[in-house]
Amino acid sequence: MTVADLQYGQKGIIKDFTEHILPIKLLELGCLPGNSVELLQIAPLNDPIYINLSGSHLAIRRSLAALIELEIIEETQAK
Amino acid sequence: MSKNINVALIGNPNTGKTSVFNQLTGLKQKVGNYPGITVEKKEGICKLPRGVKAHILDLPGTYSLNTTSLDESLVVELLLNKNDKDYPDVAVVISDVENLKRNLLLFTQIKDLKIPSILVINMADRMDRKGISLDVEAMEKKLDTKIALVSTRKNTGIDRIKELIADYKSISSKPILDTSRISPEYFERLKSTFPQEDLYKLWLVITQDVNFMPIEKKRIQDATDFSTKSKDELKKLQHKETVLRYQLINNILKETYKVDFMAAKGLRASLDKILTHKVFGYLIFFAILLLIFQAIFEWSSYPMDFIDENFALAAEWIKNTLPPGVFTDLLAEGIVAGIGGIVIFIPQIAFLFLFISLLEESGYMSRVVFLMDRLMRPFGLSGKSVVPLISGNACAIPAIMATRTIENWKERLITILVTPFTTCSARLPVYLILIALVIPEGSFLGLSFQALTLMLLYLIGFGMALLSAMVLNKILKIKSRAIFMIEMPTYRLPLLKNVGYTVIEKTKSFVLGAGKIILAISIVLWFLGSNGYSDDFQNAESIVAERIENEGLSTYSKNYVQNNIDAYRTNAEAKGMAAGAIQDSIQMLREELSERAVAQEIASYKLEHSYIGQAGKAFEPLVEPLGYDWKIGIAVLTSFAAREVFVGTLATIYSVGSDEEETIQNRMAAELDEDGEPLFNLASGISLMLFYAFAMQCMSTLAIVKRETNSWKWPMIQLGFMSVFAYIMALMAYQILS
Repeated sequence: MTVADLQYGQKGIIKDFTEHILPIKLLELGCLPGNSVELLQIAPLNDPIYINLSGSHLAIRRSLAALIELEIIEETQAK
Repeated sequence: MSKNINVALIGNPNTGKTSVFNQLTGLKQKVGNYPGITVEKKEGICKLPRGVKAHILDLPGTYSLNTTSLDESLVVELLLNKNDKDYPDVAVVISDVENLKRNLLLFTQIKDLKIPSILVINMADRMDRKGISLDVEAMEKKLDTKIALVSTRKNTGIDRIKELIADYKSISSKPILDTSRISPEYFERLKSTFPQEDLYKLWLVITQDVNFMPIEKKRIQDATDFSTKSKDELKKLQHKETVLRYQLINNILKETYKVDFMAAKGLRASLDKILTHKVFGYLIFFAILLLIFQAIFEWSSYPMDFIDENFALAAEWIKNTLPPGVFTDLLAEGIVAGIGGIVIFIPQIAFLFLFISLLEESGYMSRVVFLMDRLMRPFGLSGKSVVPLISGNACAIPAIMATRTIENWKERLITILVTPFTTCSARLPVYLILIALVIPEGSFLGLSFQALTLMLLYLIGFGMALLSAMVLNKILKIKSRAIFMIEMPTYRLPLLKNVGYTVIEKTKSFVLGAGKIILAISIVLWFLGSNGYSDDFQNAESIVAERIENEGLSTYSKNYVQNNIDAYRTNAEAKGMAAGAIQDSIQMLREELSERAVAQEIASYKLEHSYIGQAGKAFEPLVEPLGYDWKIGIAVLTSFAAREVFVGTLATIYSVGSDEEETIQNRMAAELDEDGEPLFNLASGISLMLFYAFAMQCMSTLAIVKRETNSWKWPMIQLGFMSVFAYIMALMAYQILS
């Protein structure tokens, strides 16, 4: 499960990553193990996606989102 | 006079850093470029209590000292270079109360460079609404700094910043994180090799891929007893640094910063549901685009006409008032007309930047990027290129200036290079007159052929821009590390002050930056068009006078006089004027008109034998395969200044004494080629339109590209490629159609 797989209304917690493939910029914006990620919007053509990354509201492309592994912690009814 | 205090404003994007800068400096600010690169350098002077002054430098927004773009490198470069004249005595770090945690990451890094740092927490007015409470005193202690709680919107806290700056000597410059924890073993080795150096600075020199300190970097590599680490290992350590810093920050905030989520009200969530909606999102965006278009096309036409008329009047006034001579001509036709050619762009630039800064200030621009990113990706561009590209349909100059928001240099360069293909408003007069001449009336599915042609020309322009972007993306070998990531800030009402500053600043930078080049080229073009070396040119007056004496006025001029008189007579008779009075005034009118006709014929003859005219004739073999004669050749040459000059030049060369489009059109329709067929036919007309669609016929655009890319290389490549391509397309069109 990665951030790219998130559905509307799902929220996850970033898993510990041992591989250091993520751009450092993403870490600085709060992409650290244990922080939460929530999907807010998907762009009309399905890409990019708009997420709330532990308080930072960001749009990233799916290719990057697919690098962030997470565990689902919350599932509300899809809006 | 004592030395000013050097202050650097540093902060994440979207923290209101520019607002703080504007509040501190007011209009006492100066916007330029850093030497050698096109990153904006904003500086200003701020008066502090007790008669002290501060020199404020607004550094580009950055999330950390780990650089991925030119803008960010610049921040690191300055902070590491104690010898730079702008090296700050004190750093003012701007943060946003809602994103404090993330903002503090940068703060701790700067503090670890042992620069006295003040923390500004901006947007304090939002705390209540977001349910945020702060223990400022405790936070000051934990962060070992002084804090100013500020709201630029409510204009509170600015005095506190000024006081803190004035008192900067009392601000602690102790580091906050024990940076050796990043890698005790590595830092130990660093220390033993470079005992004199500041370790965190060294660490940044090693890890940051900035080209500014090759010597320092080399020094580290040359230290034989010191082996540096591989890129991967360093990246791992950078990750560790980030984690360590966040641990530190979390500990500090745990006790000093509380958010009551129940009290938080989110405007962002509900607005985003509509503004980034799959259907409404696009609809709203296109509605806004239409409005921008309307402004640049329609609204700005009023001030533009006003400018146009007044500069023409000024030129005429100079010619009539000053004694005739070369100097007067230079002033009236070269300099005043050249300045007019610069000033005429101001309304469009001002309108575009009014909208762009409104969109950016409100936070909407990020949503546009989000909506459009996927559509632009196949062309090697991102959502950030959308606004410049679309603005290019009004005018390429503000559009190219608007590419500064694209951080990725490769994307920005591609956008700059392809924008001139889009159909700017200066092509319109050329298209309209040619379409009216060569495209038959009639309709297809209720749409007239003429309207369809115009639409097709717009599509061709936009299509060509995208296509060349795709090609450029393949062939340009520019390494860019920037990944696509864009912050979606909360929505805010734009501060009119900030919008105003942006508009003024952009206009100024156009007038002062590109204006010089435009003025120089227009003076050169004027010189070439109004001077000639041949006897024909020197004696134009007497040659034309002699010809008229022998052969009378040209057929066209005769008709011109007669038609005007007929029109006058009909008009006068309709009004019921007495026959005698009509006769008298017609006599006067005839003299006046004949005089004007002679003047026009002289002007035409002079243009024909001027340097440009000679060049046009020399070029004839080159443009003949495109279906043009030397007269069109001259018009093509002079319209390098700006496309719309094409019509005016044809008017002069056909000695049509007015800019009335219909008159020129009739005159053009009457022009015959050697075989007695109309010169402007479908083949040559389409060929000309395609030429204008693709050719870089605009010196102002070249000037602005030079300014924005900081070299002549790119505008020259652009000029070469577009001209050759335009030539080939026009050639093909004419050869196939004729």
